[in-house]
Amino acid sequence: MPIIDLANPTRFLSLAERALPWLAGTTAIAFAIGLNLAWTAPDDYQQGATVKIMFIHVPSAWLAMGCWALMSIAALGTLVWRHPLADVAAKAAAPIGAALTLLCLVTGSLWGRPMWGAYWVWDARLTSVLVLFLMYLGVIALWRTVDDPARAGRAVAILTLVGAINLPIIKWSVDWWNTLHQPASVVRLGGAAIHPTILWPLLMMALAFVLLFVTLHLAAMRNEILRRRVRTLMLMQAQAAPGSGA
Amino acid sequence: MTALSALFVRDIKLAVRVGGGAGIGVLFFLIVVTLTPFAIGPDLNLLGRIGPAILWLGALLASLLTLDRLLTADAEDGSLDLILTGGTPLELAVAVKALAQWLTTGLPLVIATPFFGLLLNLDLRTSTAVALTLLAGTPALTFIGLIGAALAVSLRRGGLLLAVLVLPLTVPVLIFGVAASNAAIVGPLPFGTPFTILCALTLVAMVLGTFAAGTALRHAME
Repeated sequence: MPIIDLANPTRFLSLAERALPWLAGTTAIAFAIGLNLAWTAPDDYQQGATVKIMFIHVPSAWLAMGCWALMSIAALGTLVWRHPLADVAAKAAAPIGAALTLLCLVTGSLWGRPMWGAYWVWDARLTSVLVLFLMYLGVIALWRTVDDPARAGRAVAILTLVGAINLPIIKWSVDWWNTLHQPASVVRLGGAAIHPTILWPLLMMALAFVLLFVTLHLAAMRNEILRRRVRTLMLMQAQAAPGSGA
Repeated sequence: MTALSALFVRDIKLAVRVGGGAGIGVLFFLIVVTLTPFAIGPDLNLLGRIGPAILWLGALLASLLTLDRLLTADAEDGSLDLILTGGTPLELAVAVKALAQWLTTGLPLVIATPFFGLLLNLDLRTSTAVALTLLAGTPALTFIGLIGAALAVSLRRGGLLLAVLVLPLTVPVLIFGVAASNAAIVGPLPFGTPFTILCALTLVAMVLGTFAAGTALRHAME
C-alpha cells in the first residue's frame, strides 16, 4: 500500500523533503563511525595498510551491483505495473550506479598495483564489472538521447532487464572461472572467512555506503520530478505563446 | 504462415536489391582484416596466432553495420504499423526479420571467413574452425542486435548509440567464439566445450532477443 501512496509525486516530494535531512545526518554519522573503525583496524599481516582500500572497494562493488538490481526492479515497475515513479527511480539511480562502479574499478586497480603488480588484469570479475560500467554509460546515454521521458523510460527498462543477465555473471565469475580475484569471503556458507577485527569495520562502511546511496538516490529522484515539472511548464508556456501557430 | 513467408521474401529482396546490404558488410570485414597487419606489422607468426580474434572482431563490427536500419526503415514507411496491427504475433515477425537479416548480412561473413583467413596466415583447418564458430555465433550477434534495433525505433537518431548499447551485450559471444577458435588451433581445451557454450548462447539470444525486441517495439509504437 505505501508504494501506491507514493505514486502521487506531490506526496513523494513532501516525504522526501522530510526524510532527506535525517538521512543525510545518519549517513554522516555512519561514515564517521565507519571511517574511524577502518582507520583503527589492524593492518593485514601480508598486505599491510593496503587492506584498508577494501573498506571502500567492497561496499562500492556491492552497491554497484545492487544499484543495477534496483534499476531492474524499477524497470519491471515501469513495464508491468506502470508505476509513475518507477522510471524516475531508474533514471536517478543510473549515474549513482555508474559512479560507484567507477569507484570500485579505481580502488580495485590501486590495490592491484602493489598486490598483483599491475593496475589491470583481464580477469573474469574485473572484465564483467567493466562491462557493467559500460552498460551504465549506455543506459545514461539512452536516457539523454530520447526527449520524451516516458518513451525513454520504457526503452531503458528493456535494456536494463536484458543487462541484468550480467549480475549473476559478476557474482559467480570468481567461482566459475579460476580467477585472480579472490572468491566471496563475507557472505558464504559456513560463515565469513574474515577476521572480526576487519569484518566489523567493513560492515559499518557497507551500512554507511547504503545510507549514502539512499540519500543521493532520494535527492536525485526529487530533482528529477522537479525537472520534469519544469519541462512540462516550459512546454505549456511555449504552446501558449502568441504566434506559436498551434 | 503465408504472412511470415511473405515478410521473409520481402526482406531478402529488399536486402539484395537495395544497395548497402550484404556486399558492404563483407567489404567492411575485408577492410578491418586488411587494416590489422598495417597496425601490428606483417609478422606472419603473430598474425597466425591472433588471426581468429581479428576475424571475430571484424565480423562483430560488420554485423552492426546495417542494424540501425533493420526496424527504423519499417517504422518510417509504415510497414511496422501493418505488422503490429496484423494477426501475426509480433515476436514471430521480428524473428523472421532477424533471420532474413542474418541470411543477408551474417552468412556472407561466414562464407568470406576462410578466404580472409588466408590473409592472416591461418591454415585451412583453422580457417574452417573459425568459420564454423562464426556460423554458430553470428546468429547470436544478429538477435542481440535486434534488441538494439528495436530500441532504435524510439530513438529516432540511433547510429552510434546503438553500437554502444549492443556491444557490451555481445561480450560473452565474443569470448566463447574466440575461445572455441583458439581451442581448434592450439588446445589445451577440447573444441567441443566452448563451442557448445557458444551454441547455447545463440539459442538464448534467439529467445531473449525476440521477446525483448517485441516488447520494445510495442512500447515504442504506442
